[in-house]
Amino acid sequence: MKRSESDAWPEAIFSTLKGAGVRQVAYVPDGGHKRLIELCIADREMRTVVLSTEEEGIGLLSGAWLGGQRGALLMQSSGVGNCINQLGTVRECRFPLLMLITMRGQKGEFNPWQVPMGQATPAVLQAMDVVVNEANSAAEIAPAVDAAARLAFGSYQAVAVLISQAVIGIKSFQDQSSR
Amino acid sequence: MKTTMHRRDVVVALLKDRKDLLVVAGLGSTAWDISAAGDTDLNFPLWGAMGNAAMFGLGLALAQPRRRVLVLTGDGEMLMGLGSLATIGVQRPRNLCVVVIDNERYGETGMQVTHTAAGTDLAKVAQACGFASAAQVRSPGQLAGLRRKIHGARGPHFAQIKVVAEKLPLVLPPREGVLLKARFRRALLGKDADLV
Repeated sequence: MKRSESDAWPEAIFSTLKGAGVRQVAYVPDGGHKRLIELCIADREMRTVVLSTEEEGIGLLSGAWLGGQRGALLMQSSGVGNCINQLGTVRECRFPLLMLITMRGQKGEFNPWQVPMGQATPAVLQAMDVVVNEANSAAEIAPAVDAAARLAFGSYQAVAVLISQAVIGIKSFQDQSSR
Repeated sequence: MKTTMHRRDVVVALLKDRKDLLVVAGLGSTAWDISAAGDTDLNFPLWGAMGNAAMFGLGLALAQPRRRVLVLTGDGEMLMGLGSLATIGVQRPRNLCVVVIDNERYGETGMQVTHTAAGTDLAKVAQACGFASAAQVRSPGQLAGLRRKIHGARGPHFAQIKVVAEKLPLVLPPREGVLLKARFRRALLGKDADLV
């Protein structure tokens, strides 16, 4: 596959977030989100907020909605576990929430410590009433994010897009550190 | 120096003539405190989300840069989210104030002592994280200056106010999350907020 087709999905997500009117982008970095984070930082209308732990992002974006702004939360699947209790507040208050999660512990994982949380991620999210959309190929990601943003902000739901490790393609420590 | 300040007096003093100040309160005693001072639509009392009150304030302050935002929370709640002070220190919103009402106790669960009873200095943490000002407050004479900061001075500001550990009558705000969210957005953004 040509680079433009397989690797342009971060640009496609970025355009979707812009189109959805997302103004606050909170993140704990992940290799899979590296390009998207760079695009958001470079955008003058978006406020990027680097977090010390993922659950901070739930509070941040809830506060943003109270103040009239839309946001998105970027993280790796391991961060989902950090968010569980805070997702209870999202449900009780019916805050819209858009989470974009790059998966680890899934297809071809090399680090066994990533596997338990990665495998539990969909079940944990669903247990807390988060709608889960899985994107298993590069071509599926932008449409999934677009649909998730509409569901989140149009119907006041918490929605997560899980971006498969098959798309991100981390296969070794060397591969991860060379990004 | 042992404090003689009472939390409800402190909160009333800080919220006096609050005008259009936006207030987020951490779960437990500080939510009851702001309700005792007068429940209004521009209060957002948390009934959960422990450790995240300051982050609610940050998201709100970034979304509403022309409004002043005050987070009032307890020492136990703040200790659970110390990292959020570092996150706020990176963003440095000038319209945000985080005030910890510090009774050195977990007041809702049996008055067990928190880390601050052993000397944990939250103001020094906030100072090290880059807040524009951060101080411990131990006497009523310091409250007027803090109130002026909340309402106008370039922040972010942090204060850790030492208060007497006491069990007080509950003054409860509404507890339905959807209601608290909707009334706050209507009061801040107008009825159009319902149609967004």
